[in-house]
Amino acid sequence: MVDKVLMKGNEAIAEAAIKAGCRYFFGYPITPQNALPEYMSKRLPEVGGVFLQAESEVAASNMVYGAAGAGARVLTSSSSPGISLKMEGISYIAGAELPAVIVNIMRGGPGLGGIQPSQADYFQATKGGGHGDYRLAVLAPSSVQEAVDLTIDAFDIADRYRNPVMILGDGMIGQMMEPVEFKQEIDPADLPLKEWATDGARGRKPNIINSLFLDPQKLEDHVMKLEDKYKQMKANEVRYELYKMDDAELAVVAYGTTARISISAVDMARKKGIKAGLIRPISLFPFPEKVINETAEQVVNFLTVEMSTGQMVEDVRLAVNGEKPVYFYGRTGGMVPSPEEILAEIEKIGGVKR
Amino acid sequence: MKIVAAYPESLTDKEFHYCPGCTHGIIHRLVAEVIDELGVRKDTIGVAPVGCAVLAYDYFNCDMHEASHGRAPAVATGIKRVHQDKVVFTYQGDGDLASIGTAEIVHAANRGELISTVFVNNAIYGMTGGQMAPTTLDKQKTTTSPYGRDKGLAGNPIKISEMLAVLDGPAYIARVSVHDPKHIRQAKKAIQKAFQVQLEGKGFATVEVLSSCPTNWGMSPVQALKWLAENMLDVYPLGVFKEVD
Repeated sequence: MVDKVLMKGNEAIAEAAIKAGCRYFFGYPITPQNALPEYMSKRLPEVGGVFLQAESEVAASNMVYGAAGAGARVLTSSSSPGISLKMEGISYIAGAELPAVIVNIMRGGPGLGGIQPSQADYFQATKGGGHGDYRLAVLAPSSVQEAVDLTIDAFDIADRYRNPVMILGDGMIGQMMEPVEFKQEIDPADLPLKEWATDGARGRKPNIINSLFLDPQKLEDHVMKLEDKYKQMKANEVRYELYKMDDAELAVVAYGTTARISISAVDMARKKGIKAGLIRPISLFPFPEKVINETAEQVVNFLTVEMSTGQMVEDVRLAVNGEKPVYFYGRTGGMVPSPEEILAEIEKIGGVKR
Repeated sequence: MKIVAAYPESLTDKEFHYCPGCTHGIIHRLVAEVIDELGVRKDTIGVAPVGCAVLAYDYFNCDMHEASHGRAPAVATGIKRVHQDKVVFTYQGDGDLASIGTAEIVHAANRGELISTVFVNNAIYGMTGGQMAPTTLDKQKTTTSPYGRDKGLAGNPIKISEMLAVLDGPAYIARVSVHDPKHIRQAKKAIQKAFQVQLEGKGFATVEVLSSCPTNWGMSPVQALKWLAENMLDVYPLGVFKEVD
């Protein structure tokens, strides 16, 4: 039996990274994720790791690029405007096929926006974010425990596919406290050697970490190789949770914090005799399109709820493919929808055959 | 029989893509000779820039990492923090280091990051076709300063070595030139020193190397070296700006 400890989401993600064998963190302060780098600055020296506060998010993501190329498990974290700056490094990390984990504790945008919880970076996270043909694997926790588990998994996925993985949380997940347990602890010394890493060309030819392919045919070949990895992710890494979907006639689709709130709304709707259920995407890339598509045969309609003006709803509509109506309800700018507001939407669209 | 001159082991046999008369080839060779002479080739990780030397990863016969524009010191920082026992160097031009990458070079220097930087200053953007660089001289014509650089409009030639030398982190900052054999020999000594202070754990090091760009300056290779000596040395005086014992 592992002891449970009460931790803030930001700190729990940091400890989870250490438990995953990560010993390197490069970051830059930004609200509402500051507890994460602060925790790392205290903890990493205790385990022989390196915490470095970079001069900017641009520099931090390029330090991650260097450390990942050097073969280390490495983490960076930020919040929305900072993630935009990190996108330069992230595109290179994806292009050079390096594993790294990036945490985005989303706040309201665009621009400087606000500091309250938001989900308005869905497009940026799931459609690549930086320039070029690439994707991040994107995992969206809806509790602090899930943030811990997904962070540990994120390092494995990053290594397996040699691709950056993003933990997409929001200010609520980052700052709330919940009891968590750490089920495993990985010693970095036990991790398999990365034969491609730049760790000195002893007994082998030099390794080169690079994303430049001046010959368009070679670049197309490289991009198609990346594309194959994303197809493999779509086949193997889809994660979602269903709540009261067995007999549902209305499927609410929501992730992260919004999914938690939607569970309350679904329960309230059930009490009113509306057969509502929840599909909670956990992996946002790869998106659980198959289960949503199959659900279209069962339900009358869908309601996507987000803390944005409607981003994931586009992926839901693609998955539903016109089979059933897909409605949307969102709050944005740091406003968090209440269960009552979501219930009102559920009642408005009915969820029952008309 | 004693070998007095040979092809450096730290260079691959790949033919350089540099223009005729460009001094990048000389500087590559000096870096490679230094790595050979220090016996650290198999423990060295180089970081290539964006700019004319973007393909440097094909030329140095050691582990290499290609950085984005200006970020080589940040990439090198990431590598060095993971492999503190390895030799890490960046090779950067003036657009890369002195313009888009000023934050990264200043803060790597200020942290006393144990990396060595070879900074090639030819007063122009070469790879993109001869645009104005932050190091372009006053009144110098480029494709984006067709009437000559106007200090009032475009600012002044930036003096990176002088700037970095005021920081506490660097252990060695020097400016050298490769416009004639005597200066080439001095340049090699400076590059050797920049690697040596890293090996001794003394701190950050940069060698700024004044270099020519015959193609974009619109000169013959010989004219370009003469132009460097006659025009750049006044603005960018050679010397050691910082050396920690």
